[in-house]
Amino acid sequence: MTCSEFLKELTDYLDDTMDAQTKAELEDHLQWCHNCYVVCNTTKRTIEIYRDSSLYELPDDLRTRLRSAIMTKCQGAKETH
Amino acid sequence: MGTIQPKVDIQASDESTLVHAAKAGDISAFEELVRRYDRNVFRIAQHITQNREDAEDVVQDAFLKAYQNLKNFQEQSKFYTWLVRIAVNEALMRLRRRRPERMVSLDEDIKTEEDSMPREVADWAPNPEQLYGQGELKEILSKTIQGLPPSFRTVFVLRDVEGLSTEETADALDLSIPAVKSRLLRARLQLRERLSKYFKNRAGGDGKQ
Repeated sequence: MTCSEFLKELTDYLDDTMDAQTKAELEDHLQWCHNCYVVCNTTKRTIEIYRDSSLYELPDDLRTRLRSAIMTKCQGAKETH
Repeated sequence: MGTIQPKVDIQASDESTLVHAAKAGDISAFEELVRRYDRNVFRIAQHITQNREDAEDVVQDAFLKAYQNLKNFQEQSKFYTWLVRIAVNEALMRLRRRRPERMVSLDEDIKTEEDSMPREVADWAPNPEQLYGQGELKEILSKTIQGLPPSFRTVFVLRDVEGLSTEETADALDLSIPAVKSRLLRARLQLRERLSKYFKNRAGGDGKQ
């Protein structure tokens, strides 16, 4: 397996959505290719960092204000029907 | 090496009860759906628009549209996937309005595959998030994702941040499964490349052993 072939399969590998044989081939490649090992590991960390970052959390006060505005609009829409 | 598992586990039957009640006119059932998904819709909207005011508007308009069109919701997909589809469309519409000079489309397939080929292969520090304070880290993550084309960051936020499956993402975005996978791979690789600048293991030189 070449590094390009490895990269093409990286998403399925990280998501664990591949057959056992392809997975074994990828893991064999990772045993000896340091660059692909680093790319794989740091891509996995990238996903984890974004997932755990609580980036763009909705603050409580804004959340309350938005929900109230939404429900007022929905109530208005209900009454006009 | 371990794999990544989705973080969201939606209780489908409970959701379906709420949707039926809301369809029958129970507005408090709809409010419960808002309460359940407003954080997700806001996060998705802000990832796509990269603008706080737009994200607030998207949350309001997406839920209002969902409420007004609830009768047309056929329940062939989850309510959440249907809501995400509405929210993504609203967010892209706002992005187009804000950047009329640039085409914003989910169909865009920018550049060749070379844009995602890894160039930076230095390993990262063991706990890269701890190299920065919380505020600084968020700024780095925000700035980094902002640099991706909208079509890439939309797929990334749905699949990797919100935990939708590839099929649900394809359904919500009206894309084929191969298109979702291709964008996801490139989004992940481009983010990795850009984050390497901040997170690489400085003590270990190029990270090679």
